[in-house]
Amino acid sequence: MKQENETLVQFPSLSANEALARQIAAAFAAQMDPTLDELGDVKTAVSEAVTNAIVHAYPDRIGPVSLRLRRLPENVLEITVKDRGCGIPDLAKARQPMFTTGGAERSGMGFTIMESFMNSFTLRSAPDKGTTVRMRKKLTGRGSAE
Amino acid sequence: MQYTSLLQDKRLTILLSGEIDHHSARQTMEAVTSKIDVYLPRCCVLDFGGVSFMDSSGIAIVIHTLRAMEELGGELWLANVPPQPMKVLRAAGIEKIVRFGAERSPA
Repeated sequence: MKQENETLVQFPSLSANEALARQIAAAFAAQMDPTLDELGDVKTAVSEAVTNAIVHAYPDRIGPVSLRLRRLPENVLEITVKDRGCGIPDLAKARQPMFTTGGAERSGMGFTIMESFMNSFTLRSAPDKGTTVRMRKKLTGRGSAE
Repeated sequence: MQYTSLLQDKRLTILLSGEIDHHSARQTMEAVTSKIDVYLPRCCVLDFGGVSFMDSSGIAIVIHTLRAMEELGGELWLANVPPQPMKVLRAAGIEKIVRFGAERSPA
């Protein structure tokens, strides 16, 4: 029986921390023996969630973003990205593919990618209280057949 | 993100490398656009061979480059896209609007 495990990190909403968040998630997931493909999915989903918090949650200031990683039974990885920023006014609209309020370098595909690369995805947001994204993915594990 | 570019017979190849995310996207987009503006190529090839990670910011770079090439009446090709960036591009249906495999593109 593999031990459950978790870690929690917090960092300011600076774009340089997007790569840091991906690397932390990949390092945590490594103990779950993911395939290269699964590791790519995890890094992509974390990058999208953290970038959303950095771009949208604090439009006029730098604020805290937290990343919580949990190893759950049956080799399920849970990722929670939370900010205490301005919130998302229209969740349904924000989740539409190609919708973005960001600049030219944004594609509006972040939520679509998080939903399709992970097994489950929940989004909660309240005006001026912040946004929480929670995602889960079952990692098959390269050694699972043994 | 680093890039090298080659120009041959009005074909501009831009070699992308490293990680493409929101942090690096604007700089990459500006670099690609300025090369297209300077060289006015008939065909632009974005070569992803050296890209170790890409998130949805890469989709925006491809769409932006496609528009710049369409304005010139030219073509955009994507080459050597590794599996992880390809999965991100497919999530946006990019394979329906851009050609892949520039090695066989018209010179």
